[in-house]
Amino acid sequence: MQMRTNQEWLSDLRGDHQDQAIEDLRYVLTRGLTYALSSRIKTDLESQVDDFVQDAILRILDKMDTFRGESRFTTWAQKVAVRVAFTEMRRQRWKDISLEDLLPEDSGDYTPLVLSDPSPDPEKQTAQNMMLETIDGLLKDDLTDLQRTALLAIIHGGMPIEEVAIRMNTNRNALYKLLHDARKQMKARLLEKGLTLQDVLEVFENE
Amino acid sequence: MKLSSDTIRKMINSIQSTRDEELSCGHCYDELDRFIEMKLEGKNVAEAMPLVEAHLNICPACREEYEALLEALKAMAG
Repeated sequence: MQMRTNQEWLSDLRGDHQDQAIEDLRYVLTRGLTYALSSRIKTDLESQVDDFVQDAILRILDKMDTFRGESRFTTWAQKVAVRVAFTEMRRQRWKDISLEDLLPEDSGDYTPLVLSDPSPDPEKQTAQNMMLETIDGLLKDDLTDLQRTALLAIIHGGMPIEEVAIRMNTNRNALYKLLHDARKQMKARLLEKGLTLQDVLEVFENE
Repeated sequence: MKLSSDTIRKMINSIQSTRDEELSCGHCYDELDRFIEMKLEGKNVAEAMPLVEAHLNICPACREEYEALLEALKAMAG
């Protein structure tokens, strides 16, 4: 494969050598994605990577003007390919799961928190219950419904932020801002109550 | 609503890592190629690009993409 500077990549992909440049880019992206996804995709790795790379090349050609030249072109292109692959893998993984599925015991009205794995030590259990009541109060009283749902879907449900955003009819950046505000609010309220985060973590540390 | 101790720990860890100023996922993505090349060159990224480092520590989705990109670039270099 021909080695290229950033400028050569850009000019070849835009100019008379486009076909060869695309084939070279396809080789680079396929090699990188195959390695990166081999532990994450168990079946049809080759064909899935081919599909991701094809979509990524279209995206790269469309977005080339946004390349700022602050890295190697191939690093930027691989970043785009990774984003394309993960967006699709997440869509497939979570396609049949709603936010309500992740919060099965919350039927609309907020239900108080209960620890599913309380400590066997009665003293620690009491401390956990007191701390849980505090966290429960923060979630219930200091966060909006949207903030609470998003926070629990991501932290408790494990759903990726962009999948939560789709279900909330927003985008990843706006949802991140909403969650950042929620975390800041909870942090400030815990400090107001005289609790350090280390205090809380110690109560819930592994047995 | 039943939560495990692990979920509570994750929640508190994310609150603990919260800064007044944080990058959005989009801004982190914009900087990621530069950040990762510095990382691969052995530079101190936590010092050079602390907001990107902080975002990657708090956002599991961006972290996952960063780790995959790191693996892909190592394969390309190897």
